[in-house]
Amino acid sequence: MTNKSKQRAKTEISFIVNGEPKTVRAYTMERLLDVLRQQLELTGTKEGCGEGECGSCSVLLDGMLVNSCLIPVLQAEGANIVTIEGVAAGDTLHLLQQTFLEHGGAQCGICTPGMILAATHLLNEKPAPTLEEIREGLSGNLCRCTGYSQIVEAVAEASRRKAIA
Amino acid sequence: MSSDSIIGKSVPRQEGRDKVTGRSQYVDDMVLPNMLFGATVRSRIPRGRIKRITFGAGIAWDEFVIVSAKDIPGKNCIALIGDDQPCLASECVNHPEEPILLLAHPDRCLLPKAVEAVAIEYEPLPAIFTMEESERLSEIVWGADNIFKTYLIEKGEVDDVWEKAAYMVEGEYTTGAQEQLYIENNGMIAAFEAAQGITVWGSLQCPYYIHKALMALCNLPAEKVRVVQMETGGAFGGKEEYPSMIAAHAALLAIKSGKPVKIIYDRMEDMAATTKRHPSRTRHRTALSKDGMILGGEIDFTIDGGAYATLSSVVLSRGAIHAGGPYYWPNIRIRAKAVATNAPPHGAFRGFGAPQSLFAMERHMDRIAQAVGLSPVEIRRRNFLHPGQSTTTEQVVREPIDLPKLLDRALELSDYRSRKNRFANENNASTSRKGIGIAAFLHGAGFTGSGERYLSSVVGVEGCADGTLRVLVSSTEFGQGTKTVLSQIAAQALRLPYEKVSVAQADTLEVPNSGPTVASRTVMVVGKLVQSAALGIKQTLISSKLLKDDYTAGEFSVACQEYVVTHGQFRSWSRYEPPADVFWDDEKYRGEAYAAFAWAVYVAAVTVDLTTYSVAVDDFVALQEVGKVLHPLLARGQIIGGVAQGIGFSLYEKVVWQNGRMRNSQMTNYIIPASTDLPPIRVFFEELGNVHGAYGAKGIGELPMDGPAPAIVNAVSEALGVQFDSIPLLPEDIMESLASEESTADSSGKIG
Repeated sequence: MTNKSKQRAKTEISFIVNGEPKTVRAYTMERLLDVLRQQLELTGTKEGCGEGECGSCSVLLDGMLVNSCLIPVLQAEGANIVTIEGVAAGDTLHLLQQTFLEHGGAQCGICTPGMILAATHLLNEKPAPTLEEIREGLSGNLCRCTGYSQIVEAVAEASRRKAIA
Repeated sequence: MSSDSIIGKSVPRQEGRDKVTGRSQYVDDMVLPNMLFGATVRSRIPRGRIKRITFGAGIAWDEFVIVSAKDIPGKNCIALIGDDQPCLASECVNHPEEPILLLAHPDRCLLPKAVEAVAIEYEPLPAIFTMEESERLSEIVWGADNIFKTYLIEKGEVDDVWEKAAYMVEGEYTTGAQEQLYIENNGMIAAFEAAQGITVWGSLQCPYYIHKALMALCNLPAEKVRVVQMETGGAFGGKEEYPSMIAAHAALLAIKSGKPVKIIYDRMEDMAATTKRHPSRTRHRTALSKDGMILGGEIDFTIDGGAYATLSSVVLSRGAIHAGGPYYWPNIRIRAKAVATNAPPHGAFRGFGAPQSLFAMERHMDRIAQAVGLSPVEIRRRNFLHPGQSTTTEQVVREPIDLPKLLDRALELSDYRSRKNRFANENNASTSRKGIGIAAFLHGAGFTGSGERYLSSVVGVEGCADGTLRVLVSSTEFGQGTKTVLSQIAAQALRLPYEKVSVAQADTLEVPNSGPTVASRTVMVVGKLVQSAALGIKQTLISSKLLKDDYTAGEFSVACQEYVVTHGQFRSWSRYEPPADVFWDDEKYRGEAYAAFAWAVYVAAVTVDLTTYSVAVDDFVALQEVGKVLHPLLARGQIIGGVAQGIGFSLYEKVVWQNGRMRNSQMTNYIIPASTDLPPIRVFFEELGNVHGAYGAKGIGELPMDGPAPAIVNAVSEALGVQFDSIPLLPEDIMESLASEESTADSSGKIG
């Protein structure tokens, strides 16, 4: 019975993910996180806490940094979504992905996709942030491995290289 | 041949590219056909007899697979050391969140309601929640006396020192539970087929611990149990033992249903049900000469093990051995005890007992300094261990460690003296107080005493058909850089480019048992074995005349390929052999506790806001001697990350208990440091040279967890002139202490 009533509640929702138009059938209140991971198989977006504290599920929604565990999928109707899978250009890593590698910004890797999206958002808003502004900009994304220093250094380096590029 | 050394170079992390692109496969990213999802029904009470289980209305129970203890094919326990922890409670429960029943269903969304709908009636039994209640035997909840394990370490004649002492200093220090809080929650997938047996894939540290547990639980021979590690999103000890429980649960559901079953904990379940750092209480009583030399002392170290023995005996051992710190004790008696309470079992967390006992030792040193009238620097300098002297277990220090020099360098790097003077001058004129504190400590690398002998680890290196090398170990990568550093070692051993080496996925079907990935042992112990197994490959190629002594990487590749074509699979094995001159007495707890120690001096500068009572760490210097640093970037990352966890342990992370249950099992109310809470952590290495590990490396992973708490609390105590002896030290604790201090202080109104 439960299954049937759930079937009826499903609706068609369309949005753009990493440049590609997608249409899914989902419960309107389903978390965007689950739709991305389970239906679209974009498993680079991670769940850490399920309550918007850790930022592991961060994606860009119309250019805004959001916790996809807090977004009902209906809210994404018509939106332009970027997940970690859409950050690199084919085999060419994004500058931030490159500097994360070079500076030890990724250890266990579970917070890394969200952290890179948060950093992308930060540099979009503020191309030359101070170290303090980087810490502030990433403060919604928790990392338990690195103690953040090497992440902050990776973002600062990306900003520096972008400025001279 | 690569002429440059790969050792000491920050080569790219092996799996780094997959991590930054989101391609790494963690267990929840894996999907098998017809897979069910599993959930766990847990005890709601701390202790009692299970009287009746009823399945409530409104749930289509016939769609669910239901497993109870009756479904266990083998022994109902999680085999580890003592085998006392059931996989599923059948008659009694001994802690909140103890697993009782398992459910599985194809629709993940239906599970939470089903778990809620299972009603369990209990006959409650009295429960105990503190070490003191356990010691008083107000209720016997484990064995005959609530004691999991005791150790006695004795050196010299401690009873004779008291009458000679110019000063006697006593103190009691406590530390709270701490949640590992890896960002990837625990999870497992299991699949069963009668012919192949059981396979589990999961987030884990120790594949062969799970292998052993599943053999006993499922009553299967070794070859019918396969454990595969998926990419693991942080562990810190928190995935050392509990994954055996989750693997067992997934396996039981898979066996009963005949389908693959995935169990992924959500954050609340992970925090409430799985292991944490042991709460501890340490009592010190120290005799000193008039010039501040330690004559001897007694240390009582007690930890709360929770409801089952699990790893408590081993955590206790490490805590006890580290309890005397990096100091020379001519006479000492250390009594250590792990007691039972009705909380979920406490377990492994980076440092493994040492952060607890070293917090006490290093706080106590500041108290001693005050009592004797020396500075915190001078009291430590006078009592440091020197080469040739022996530790509390009478292990003679053979490493050329120079602790006074390490201390001097740390003071210089942290600008200790001028800061201290400045703070003393400025503090009274401000609405905040600044302080600077130090901690000196050591951390033993590898298993304790005869542990490595019992483990008898095996490592393989394979010469592959394409001419590259593959390292075969059960040592796991969970962020520290295991794969990268072991590849470096193999590449260096054979003078090959780093890119020509890879590490096999930790899959028990494929890799030998190189021991658990714990105890800061991987680089030092396993690395050394990788080096010798790699050399075995070279020797085989040379003795079969495929390779000359002097070769290029290209020649090696050709020779390796030729060997595989002629002889088939090409593998070289290396097994741990204990050094001949190492002596350890398990009975008396005396001898060579560790093959090597890492040494460190950390300095923390803090500001305490007198309006909010919050503490900010303004500067942190971490100076250590860890032997040769094989990969500077990873080593620095290990230290910064460990210090960050240590700052959390000191100032933020409080587990709030209510009748044995964690009340704040969310990231919203259990606070770990965010990027804005931490200072830049300044990391420095001293390399003195050491012969133990691969290319002179010692253990590094746990060390940075030991020092931050005492350095920070020493700094806060100095800033406020009030002694704090418990962590976590939260603003409300500081406020209360200052309030009670003020109410008893004289009318001058000054703090300190």
